[in-house]
Amino acid sequence: MTDNTIRFLLNDELIMLENIDPNLTVLQYLRDIRFQSGTKEGCASGDCGACTVVLVELAGEEFNELNYKSANACILFVGSLHGKQLITVEHLKEGEALHPVQQAIVDFHGSQCGFCTPGFVMSSFALHKAVSSPDRAQVVEALAGNLCRCTGYRSIIDAAMASSADAAPDSFARHYHQTVAELKKIHLQSEAQLSASGHHFYSPTNIDQLADYLLAHPNATLLGGGTDLALSVTQQLNTIDKLVYLGNVKELNGLRETEESIIVGSAVPYSLFTPLLHQQYPELGEMIERIGSTQIRNNGTLGGNIGNASPIGDMPPALIALGATMTLRCGNSTREMPVEDYFKGYKVTDLAESEFIQDITIPKAKAGQECKVYKISKRIDDDISAVLAAISIEIEQDSVKSVSIAYGGMAAIPQRAAACEAALKGQPWTQTSIDAAKQALTQDFQPMSDVRASDKYRMTVAQNLLQKCFLELQNRHVETRVVNYA
Amino acid sequence: MRSLKKVEQQSARESIQDPGMGGVGRSKKHESADKHVSGEAVYIDDRPELRGQLHAAVGQSQFARARIKSMDLSAVKAAEGVKAVITVKDVPGHVDIGPVFPGDPVLALDEVEYLGQPLFAVAATSHDLARKAALLAKVEYEELEPVLTVKEALAKQHFVRPPFTMQRGDSAAAIDSAPHVLSGEISVGGQEHFYLEGQVSTAEPTEDGGMTIFSSSQHPSEVQKLVAEVLDVPLNKITVDTRRMGGGFGGKETQAAPWACIAALLANKCQLPVKMKLSRSDDMCLTGKRHPFENNYQVGFDDSGRIQGIDITVNGNCGYSPDLSDAIVDRAMFHSDNAYYLDNATVTGNRCKTNTVSHTAYRGFGGPQGMMTIEMVMDDIARHLGKDPLEIRKINLYGHGERNITHYHQTVEHNNLDKLIDSLEQSSDYQARRKQISEFNKENTILKKGIALTPVKFGISFTVQHLNQAGALVHIYTDGTIHLNHGGTEMGQGLFTKVAQIVAEEFQVDVDTIGVSATRTDKVPNTSPTAASSGTDLNGKAAQNAAITLKKRLVDFAAEHFNVKEEQVVFADNQVHIGAEVGKKTMAFAELIQLAYMNRVSLSSTGYYKTPKIHFDRETAKGRPFFYYANGAAVSEVLIDTLTGEYKLLRADILHDVGKSLNPSIDIGQIEGAFIQGMGWLTTEELMWNDKGRLLSNNPATYKIPAISDAPVDFNVALLPDDPNKEHTVYNSKAVGEPPFMLGISVWSAIKDAVASVADYKVSPKLNTPATPEKVLWAVQDMQQAALDKSGD
Repeated sequence: MTDNTIRFLLNDELIMLENIDPNLTVLQYLRDIRFQSGTKEGCASGDCGACTVVLVELAGEEFNELNYKSANACILFVGSLHGKQLITVEHLKEGEALHPVQQAIVDFHGSQCGFCTPGFVMSSFALHKAVSSPDRAQVVEALAGNLCRCTGYRSIIDAAMASSADAAPDSFARHYHQTVAELKKIHLQSEAQLSASGHHFYSPTNIDQLADYLLAHPNATLLGGGTDLALSVTQQLNTIDKLVYLGNVKELNGLRETEESIIVGSAVPYSLFTPLLHQQYPELGEMIERIGSTQIRNNGTLGGNIGNASPIGDMPPALIALGATMTLRCGNSTREMPVEDYFKGYKVTDLAESEFIQDITIPKAKAGQECKVYKISKRIDDDISAVLAAISIEIEQDSVKSVSIAYGGMAAIPQRAAACEAALKGQPWTQTSIDAAKQALTQDFQPMSDVRASDKYRMTVAQNLLQKCFLELQNRHVETRVVNYA
Repeated sequence: MRSLKKVEQQSARESIQDPGMGGVGRSKKHESADKHVSGEAVYIDDRPELRGQLHAAVGQSQFARARIKSMDLSAVKAAEGVKAVITVKDVPGHVDIGPVFPGDPVLALDEVEYLGQPLFAVAATSHDLARKAALLAKVEYEELEPVLTVKEALAKQHFVRPPFTMQRGDSAAAIDSAPHVLSGEISVGGQEHFYLEGQVSTAEPTEDGGMTIFSSSQHPSEVQKLVAEVLDVPLNKITVDTRRMGGGFGGKETQAAPWACIAALLANKCQLPVKMKLSRSDDMCLTGKRHPFENNYQVGFDDSGRIQGIDITVNGNCGYSPDLSDAIVDRAMFHSDNAYYLDNATVTGNRCKTNTVSHTAYRGFGGPQGMMTIEMVMDDIARHLGKDPLEIRKINLYGHGERNITHYHQTVEHNNLDKLIDSLEQSSDYQARRKQISEFNKENTILKKGIALTPVKFGISFTVQHLNQAGALVHIYTDGTIHLNHGGTEMGQGLFTKVAQIVAEEFQVDVDTIGVSATRTDKVPNTSPTAASSGTDLNGKAAQNAAITLKKRLVDFAAEHFNVKEEQVVFADNQVHIGAEVGKKTMAFAELIQLAYMNRVSLSSTGYYKTPKIHFDRETAKGRPFFYYANGAAVSEVLIDTLTGEYKLLRADILHDVGKSLNPSIDIGQIEGAFIQGMGWLTTEELMWNDKGRLLSNNPATYKIPAISDAPVDFNVALLPDDPNKEHTVYNSKAVGEPPFMLGISVWSAIKDAVASVADYKVSPKLNTPATPEKVLWAVQDMQQAALDKSGD
């Protein structure tokens, strides 16, 4: 019997939600139903971080640990709170005493208008739960999804670096075991659902439940992190009839390693699978750290980034270049396919009715293989790419043994550069070959102009990135990237 | 030179926590800091909803210019939760809410003039229901040809206000006789304010046919006036309350009023409270921005690079209505000299009318767009003569006692720019770094570095004279606590903190003794907008005057009561010392207040201030529009990628003149924030409209303000020491809100310097703004071509 209730902890209070429209976001829930207005709405699209809250999940092999992660409440559906603890800015103070991350912002004059401040406080709080004395780079990464229009950030960075780990354990640390126990109790309740106003939310806990549900409800909408899907509700003002949440499906949340591959469950968020990929492909790891923001990467999933088939998703070109494959499941049957074959046209995929992405298999790096990844955007952090290039190449005895090149932002789908590859494969690794490959790109792509870049810029940069790849592999000591320059 | 190390941070923290008396000159924390970090600070949208409260949304024009043939609102009215729908026909009073000149109908008349213009307004039971209902109207349009570019507007002489020229000497003759002549043009992009808190107002009907309005506005008095006018009620029936804004930057000077008016119209119709909050994308599409400008120049100069004569034309893209554009284009003209003596100059300003949203005030108010031209001139002259741009900038600075008359005939006095620039050149190690950068650029083919020092001289005062006045109200209660109110609004700039410090200084009490309170039109009437960086100058003086009045009453009373001389009544350390050294009596401040109250001394006073000395005659284009100038300079070092156009600010050094600082930490916060905002304007913040006049960059996914990693790792900001304002401003401080915004120009100039390295600094790169990676890449390619052309010579 499926429980018709969403259960979570709001700080230390057990909340049982019933009869609430599952299209409601956590931000709306907090502000309009709980009358907790400390969490702000700046954009309702996950871009500014003013609504940042912290979600606490059970983690570790025995589920005896807690993982604190920041999230944008504005694009989080209430149903996804099931089994988690939700901490908001109102919960940090103890009596009259500010939490150390709050006090540091006061001491360093890190607030001016104050509207973004609760979001910075919560991102900083999540960071300090993970890293006791963060360095500047860690602070910048953790706060990249929080926009401040007043301060210029210096004071906020100094505050986040200063809020010390030496401080006495906060209330969350003191109640750690109690929180673990409370969350475990909720998890014993298995599946959950929420219905109101003719709209449904269903959170299965295993893959068979999910597969059966999708057979029975082929029109249900899959919900991973919701970092893209929620915008259809908050920005386009749509209403989703049936949401099926993947975050509690055990089999989709696994991360495995074999001799040859890394296998990522489709519902695993970026922040959990990135370290493994980073080990294999450092440039890919660095690129992922620029996808969205920490809040987005804590919630957005690999399956979601592939599944919504955006021409500007950053993972698909990299997965295509690396020859990743994916397993799709429908009912009891599964099928495998290269990620490359999944994309059929603008936002059109090979996914059949009632089918879902189970996992993605990414081959590990081979000796001699180079993986070069370039993300070009107006702003370094939290910006959608104008062009993304992923190049997997093996050079043996100064000639190109194998090459696989895929681009994002250059066509209606993430796509391989077939003519470009052909111009390189088996050819000597020289400027002449690169020039031919650059020329061949014009056969592969006719990019478009939009708000991010012109067609001409996209093509020029796509070509220049081949040049950059060549120069970098020719001389590994020369500085070639603005992003990494320190 | 990295960002503060832990040890330094600790000592910084200790100095901040210095508990001394809360007077001026101390780095007191923002009065709301504790509330900001705990989420307890209440913004308009956080106010508890009242019984029956409704939510408003507007239906929007789908064309940039069109005649409305018919509007069928039946589906809107029938939609779930809808309680009322109004059009312009339902407005009881004035329809036009233009702040200075007419041109802004509160809801569209027969013709719409920009895409997104509100056609009608809906009140419904929730924000989302109102927004959904507003999409259901069936509107028939007769599409008309829009004017969408400055070029078109100039060709058609399509202006919102007439052109205006400022002139000194004979620029044409001076250019003719100069050894060198250059000309150029630049397109300067606009800027979305992106205050984190969007536009929002709540209107609550009162028992006598009026309204209480809670508005996120920099100009409550104007909101009051316009609401009264649309409702056709006298001003004394409308009260506007603004406790704080979640950012303003000029975007809530005039642009807050329409939403307050619409909320009030619906509240009046329903006789229920109504909240009007714009979603982020509506806010970006429906409210004015910084004016885009298209400027050009012709300059004549001598062999040393010194300007002999110059013609400058600035063309502001004003959007569909005048709004504040007359004064904004004026300020662009006033600042076409920036820090430089132009000698013979003709500066012309055009106010182009286009079918976009009406562009409005934004930090700097046209000044930044005006300065861009002359900073481009400095770079162009330097490349032409093969000199370092800093040398050209220095040789053209205003002089002392000579070469000190502006093109609007104000004498530049108390000029500290040469001193300031020399000091920054030293502290930033400019010359050594210039050499290192040349070396780096020789060794690196893909990445190139650039460096630039640019100054700012910004005129302080509203150029509209009557706005330079302010009022304040100070009460002292019988427990010795003080209530402070004034006409300025708090938008994060720390105004309330600084004014409280000023009042605390007068009474020599701790700043915690001063309770600050929401700006309200029923406490201090007829106020000016909190704008033009004038908030502290005006309201600080007004509050000081109120405090002085009260203090005099207390001194007079104590002198008489204790039979001592007036100078023997001394306020210090939360106490009052009365009498001569021998037999001196000391009592707590609160004790004196008690005594004064029992002896029937009035403990409440208003205060008033108006700025002296200023005047400007627009007929002759001569006068002294500015009480004084605030100065500063910045050195920026950037790195660019010649294959992609990507760039990064590596280091910034700033020295800025705030006179005698009222609160160094708040001032430094203003400078750092302004600099980064200025950098954003000139780099990643790209407004893009399509050929139908639709804004494409209408959300934070497509419009990129600086994020945390855009702040330079090396960020050294200092206040110019030991240089109090020579004019009698409040404690000889200087305004700080806008001037440092223009320090961001150094980033643009440094990018150009890096680009110029590609052609060995022999050609001046053309780089329109915002200098996105795409524009930088094209500039690099132009340089590569120029280098080829040169080598082919």
